[in-house]
Amino acid sequence: MPIQTLNIDALLDQLESSIRQQIDSRQLDNPILIGIHSGGAWIAKHMHQRLGIQEPLGLLDITFYRDDFSQIGMHPKVKPSQLPCHVEGRNIILIDDVFYTGRTIRAALNEIFDYGRPNQVVLAVLIERNGRQIPLQPDCYGAHIELPDGQRIKLSGPEPLGIDIQNTAKSA
Amino acid sequence: MTKHLQLSEQGRLKHFLTIEGLSTELLTEILDTAESFVDMSEHRVRKVPLLRGKTIINLFFENSTRTRTTFELAATRLSADVLNMNIATSATSKGESLLDTIRNLEAMHVDMFVVRHALSGAAHFIAQHTAPHISVINAGDGQHAHPTQAMLDMFTIRQHKKSFAGLKVAIVGDILHSRVARSQILALNTLGVAEIRVIAPKTLIPAEVSTMGVIPIHTMAEGLDDVDVIIMLRLQKERMNSAFLPSEGEYFKCFGLTEANLKFAKPDAIVMHPGPINRGVEIASSVADGPQSVILQQVSNGIAVRMAILSMAMHSQGEPA
Amino acid sequence: MSRIIIRQGRIIDPAQGLDTVADLCIESGKIAAIGEHLQASADSQSIDAQGQIICPGLIDLSVRLREPGLSHKGTIASETRAAAAAGVTTLCLPPDTKPSIDSPAVVELIKDKAQQAQYPQILTIGALSQRLAGSELNNLFALKQAGCIAVSNGHAALDNLLILRRAMEYAASHDLLIIYRANEPALSGQGCAHEGQFASRYGLPSIPAAAESIAIAQCLELAELTGCRLHISQISCMQSVIKLQQAKKYGLQVTADVAIHQLHLTEDDMIPFDSHYHVIPPFRSVKDKEYLREGLANGTIDAICSDHQPHDLDAKLGAFPETEPGIASLQTLIPLSLKLSQEHGLSLLDTLAKLTSEPAGILGLPSGQLGIGRAADICIFDPKATWHVDNATWLTQGKNTPYWQQTLTGRVTHTFQAGRLIYQQDQ
Repeated sequence: MPIQTLNIDALLDQLESSIRQQIDSRQLDNPILIGIHSGGAWIAKHMHQRLGIQEPLGLLDITFYRDDFSQIGMHPKVKPSQLPCHVEGRNIILIDDVFYTGRTIRAALNEIFDYGRPNQVVLAVLIERNGRQIPLQPDCYGAHIELPDGQRIKLSGPEPLGIDIQNTAKSA
Repeated sequence: MTKHLQLSEQGRLKHFLTIEGLSTELLTEILDTAESFVDMSEHRVRKVPLLRGKTIINLFFENSTRTRTTFELAATRLSADVLNMNIATSATSKGESLLDTIRNLEAMHVDMFVVRHALSGAAHFIAQHTAPHISVINAGDGQHAHPTQAMLDMFTIRQHKKSFAGLKVAIVGDILHSRVARSQILALNTLGVAEIRVIAPKTLIPAEVSTMGVIPIHTMAEGLDDVDVIIMLRLQKERMNSAFLPSEGEYFKCFGLTEANLKFAKPDAIVMHPGPINRGVEIASSVADGPQSVILQQVSNGIAVRMAILSMAMHSQGEPA
Repeated sequence: MSRIIIRQGRIIDPAQGLDTVADLCIESGKIAAIGEHLQASADSQSIDAQGQIICPGLIDLSVRLREPGLSHKGTIASETRAAAAAGVTTLCLPPDTKPSIDSPAVVELIKDKAQQAQYPQILTIGALSQRLAGSELNNLFALKQAGCIAVSNGHAALDNLLILRRAMEYAASHDLLIIYRANEPALSGQGCAHEGQFASRYGLPSIPAAAESIAIAQCLELAELTGCRLHISQISCMQSVIKLQQAKKYGLQVTADVAIHQLHLTEDDMIPFDSHYHVIPPFRSVKDKEYLREGLANGTIDAICSDHQPHDLDAKLGAFPETEPGIASLQTLIPLSLKLSQEHGLSLLDTLAKLTSEPAGILGLPSGQLGIGRAADICIFDPKATWHVDNATWLTQGKNTPYWQQTLTGRVTHTFQAGRLIYQQDQ
């Protein structure tokens, strides 16, 4: 039961605008878009269309790079990552739905760098929220939200795309 | 008893010793997990950091280059450190006891043993006596089990046949001495195939074999009739020396898979072999290299399946006590 | 010597067909009287045996004490203590000690150790062939003179049937009993389990029942030919029972025993790769067990023995096929015999006969009965007492029993050997 439903279109507009700014100011020639499975991939697909990028969209599944593998365990249905062959020397726009602790992004960066050495990686997220545990932060976002304990952001999709604030299941 | 030995408190795979005692769900989970690793071989990046920092010892008391190599590749692709130990056992030199060998290796802080041994029950023994945090993977013990081979065979069957229900499977060859066959029979029954036939001369069929859930048959014509999957087993030369069979020639005449008797099976039947193949003894070259053969796919599937098993077993070590 | 009166126990003496509640008096090492209520006297001790069973001390046809030579597995001291706790007052020691019982010197050595252990009734079985190698006969007469009760080749095979024939003829000429374990090595090979569904499922090298029954058929024929006194030890399968039955029907003087655990455990009871179930002959099928039980009941099988084989820990640690076969079984004799009696509907009298009067008959001993004037070899046990098999109760040096940590019903409380109390259960 959502506490609040956010305006997905407004967020996507803001994110698009923010990314365009980064492309200009950092001179991101010929950028590759990479979305992190699964929520980031949905957002990345929208951005890919809006920004009119020619190069095919890249998809990253970071399951094998998670740092909590031994607690969470093996997920049988891991979609294989699909990255364009060469990240060597390229400008990458890495896209995810929610930036929270930062661990997902750390895993994603580890995986990308296993493929090669990019020129730059710019991080774009739909929502940045409080609760960072790793010294990383997004370069662009659709919105920054502060949440109290016991609440979380949930993206639903892929069609229709929706975003809510929900109560987390709390243990007594 | 075997079930409890292999599973952790939470019911996750801890040791992989035999198919016996593992549920359909767990076997399916292994196959599904292996799917994720299949594509990796085609990628530029063939490594994932899943088992980084872990040490795996290939403890081979019986020589085997091919099995050892696939385990080594699987472990390396998971970023684990691998140590190969070939321990020659001869009847004349007693050497170190099995238990002492294990204890000495444990003192070097390892995380997993992949064991191949000439005696049935060796992997069980090691799993029962090794330090609690170490996982044991059975790479073949005597004539008892070769569960990773059976899983890659199941994976290959699923690739081609989609579902196990309704399948008729024939296993041809030296069932009596085959740990591969025993594991395959258990896996096929657990995954719910319709029928398993074992085809061999009586000398190579175990006593009371029907209690294992198979139908023993002594001719290819009857045995291959309408089957979906044919698994050929390797015939070892020693069998001729101990009067199990008169000659390779006679064996091939009666039980070799040729283009002619392949026709008894369904037209889309797949031909499998755990390898290495003896051309002209258990299988004709034209069949081994023919369009129905999936032998080479078995080999490449072997790495993905073993990666799945290694990571699933290693994962259970992180569980809170 | 003082008198001991054992009061109001259920006295079962198979030799006399006696089964009654009464008092029994021991005096000067002999059985002095049996009666409803015996008079106490100033120097008499009393033992209350109400609710318990009093029977002749058990005579066990095969108990490996492991000394001389294998003392890491057991000693004469430790194993005779276990025998006493098992109610066994006479035991036969097979020849496969180290050195094997090839000469009177080894027989004397064992007698000395028996005296030291204060358990004099150890009957040695001499080695039939030199060093048990199976080709040259030992000095069987010398062994008999030194006190060997019989000769045997233990678990080892004889070179060929001709050697077996000659051995039988030679033993017959000295009226020596041959104890023979039947096995055809060409068929049993390196087997470690019964050729049946368990071995097939677990890929264990196996032993067909025919390996035993073929060897039995051969030695029965030779016994017929040579007139040798023959006892077949530890049979395990249906076909062996059938062959024995046929031989006895046609008047051949042959006897046989079965190990107590073969009457209870089958391949179905084996825990996969648990070396405590590794025993030769192996645990066979349910059908074989039924034939063994029936064979015992109808007299085809004459006696029950423990086939006691204690082992050190290392012997049982390893992959199943490389572990040493054998079960330590002395203290399971009474509880498992009681269980057999209940399950198979055999009377307690008939069951106890297999442990007392029958083995005495096979060996030609005057003991194994509670006749007046006989040596007071007596076992008193509580048929209802339950006890847990663990370090507190198990006196054998070897813990290799499939019954480890299990609860058994039936426990020996007192054992007398020649009137001397050699075992009393701690209170």
